[in-house]
Amino acid sequence: MVVDHAVHAEGLVKNFGRVRALDGLNLHVDEGSLLALLGPNGAGKTTAVRIFTTLLKPDGGQARVAGFDVVKEPDRIKAHIGLAGQTVAIDEFMTGQENLEMIGRLYHLSGKDAKRRSLELLVQFDLTDAANRSAKTYSGGMRRRLDLAASLVILPPVLFLDEPTTGLDPRSRRQMWGIISTLVAEGSTILLTTQYLEEADELANRIAVVDAGRVIAEGTSDELKQRVGGDRIEVAVARDGDLGRAAEVARRQLSSDVSIDSHQRRLSGPSRDGTRQLASLVREFDAAGIEITDLQLHRPSLDDVFLTLTGRQAEEEKTSEPSRRWARRAS
Amino acid sequence: MASVTALAGTRYRPISGRPAFVWALLDAMVLARRSILETIRVPELIVFVAIQPIMFVLLFRYVFGGAIQVPGGQYVNFLMPGIFVQTVAFGGVTTGISLAQDMQRGLIDRFRSLPMSSSAVLTGRTVADLARNLFTVVIMLIVGFLVGFRPGGIPFEFLLGILVLMGFSFAFSWISAFVGLMVRSVEAAQSFGFIWIFPLTFASSAFVPVATMPSWLQAFARHNPVSVLADALRGLFHVNPALTAADTRWALIQSVAWILGILLVFIPISVLRYRRTTAR
Repeated sequence: MVVDHAVHAEGLVKNFGRVRALDGLNLHVDEGSLLALLGPNGAGKTTAVRIFTTLLKPDGGQARVAGFDVVKEPDRIKAHIGLAGQTVAIDEFMTGQENLEMIGRLYHLSGKDAKRRSLELLVQFDLTDAANRSAKTYSGGMRRRLDLAASLVILPPVLFLDEPTTGLDPRSRRQMWGIISTLVAEGSTILLTTQYLEEADELANRIAVVDAGRVIAEGTSDELKQRVGGDRIEVAVARDGDLGRAAEVARRQLSSDVSIDSHQRRLSGPSRDGTRQLASLVREFDAAGIEITDLQLHRPSLDDVFLTLTGRQAEEEKTSEPSRRWARRAS
Repeated sequence: MASVTALAGTRYRPISGRPAFVWALLDAMVLARRSILETIRVPELIVFVAIQPIMFVLLFRYVFGGAIQVPGGQYVNFLMPGIFVQTVAFGGVTTGISLAQDMQRGLIDRFRSLPMSSSAVLTGRTVADLARNLFTVVIMLIVGFLVGFRPGGIPFEFLLGILVLMGFSFAFSWISAFVGLMVRSVEAAQSFGFIWIFPLTFASSAFVPVATMPSWLQAFARHNPVSVLADALRGLFHVNPALTAADTRWALIQSVAWILGILLVFIPISVLRYRRTTAR
């Protein structure tokens, strides 16, 4: 028997009129892990989440969530998932506690259990003081926390978070990351969508990069970064005259593949052993009397990964269409 | 915020073993309560629910009342049934606006992801709007009485009239629910919601006798459900001597037929629409 993933999708297709939102999407989420679906606006992330949460029916392909088929067994899936969508879905005129109790009742908990669970969640999400205030008085961060709490009422086996930090200030975003990390550490299974490369890097066990309705790359954050080459060391020297000697040192220490930007007095080369090479470079420059103004170890970001991946795709298709579409989405 | 250190919580078991129609009822009650809380807590809605109808009664009674002649009776008695019908029809529009708002805020998506009855969001909302319309009608009855409205007949006829009026309110809420689910934005629900209500309520016998209208308009106004219901109420309240018992009975039958017809069409198509809808 095949082991069921918490979420498993094969060849998902969804069209909206003439627009193909999903174009054969394949992905799976292992139990107890967080998969980040990373992509720009319009890549199909939300459509995928809506199919997994049974809000939309796929036009083609198959998907199972918590072991149940999204088309044939939507009611079974609903009893096993939590969803926090892109917009904060709470009732403004009810208090925090009333919101959570309502969701509990709609999951068909008894009134008493719905109340006990909501009190528990209010404590965990630091909303006790605001529990009896109407949600419209809440700050953006508090709303997001209440919204996330609402998705956790039944401690669902599979949790879907669709861009959970969009529109939050940096501090609230950090708080949400803390909560999500805790959930993962405690064994939750989560599918999270995000436009923030940083966010996927921070939270995800595995990342699936989506563009134009397909997964174009998948792996751990490190695996994806390796696809754009490893770490690089960059040096800037103070005097023009030192550039040549600095490059010699760098070639000896790093590799012969050192690139030089004489205009900016900078050079950079690939590094296999980042921090130790940094230290020895500093010693050698010092010994040679080369004054440096900047020295850094540059690790490729997921931004680099994304540009590499989508740039290559645009070349392969050899039409202007994908890049034009890309430009429109990016704007 | 104190950082969250542990989120492990108690997993409570859902209640099982109840038939689907019981859940449809219980889920609808949970959501009706939510809608009623909203009405009570939003000051703007109280204006719509109580103050605006009072204003209409007073304006029509004292501004138009002197100019409009109705055969064989006082205008205030002719007016009140008409204004009841107009008020519940306008009140029904809020059903669609609220649903469109829930859709925009992502609440409908959340509700649809829960293992709850798929009719409950709509029945909860329409039942809450029915309760709100009943409250409005009671206020208008009191104000109407203060400005000279005097229904005759027996209490049974009076209560039957209110019951049919509420049936009409419920039916209009379902039309409005369907409109709200189709247009999906609050602004569109507002304009689409009112655009068909205005001709329906004003090109009717609600405020003036149909006989005063040009003949091409009379054809529409006579068969308009608003006119039919207003005439049924006038008959039941014994405020229009021009209506015979047979006229009243016929208007009543037509009103009930309209209500049942609307519900029979709009409940199923609204629920079907709800099951397929998502926020943009």
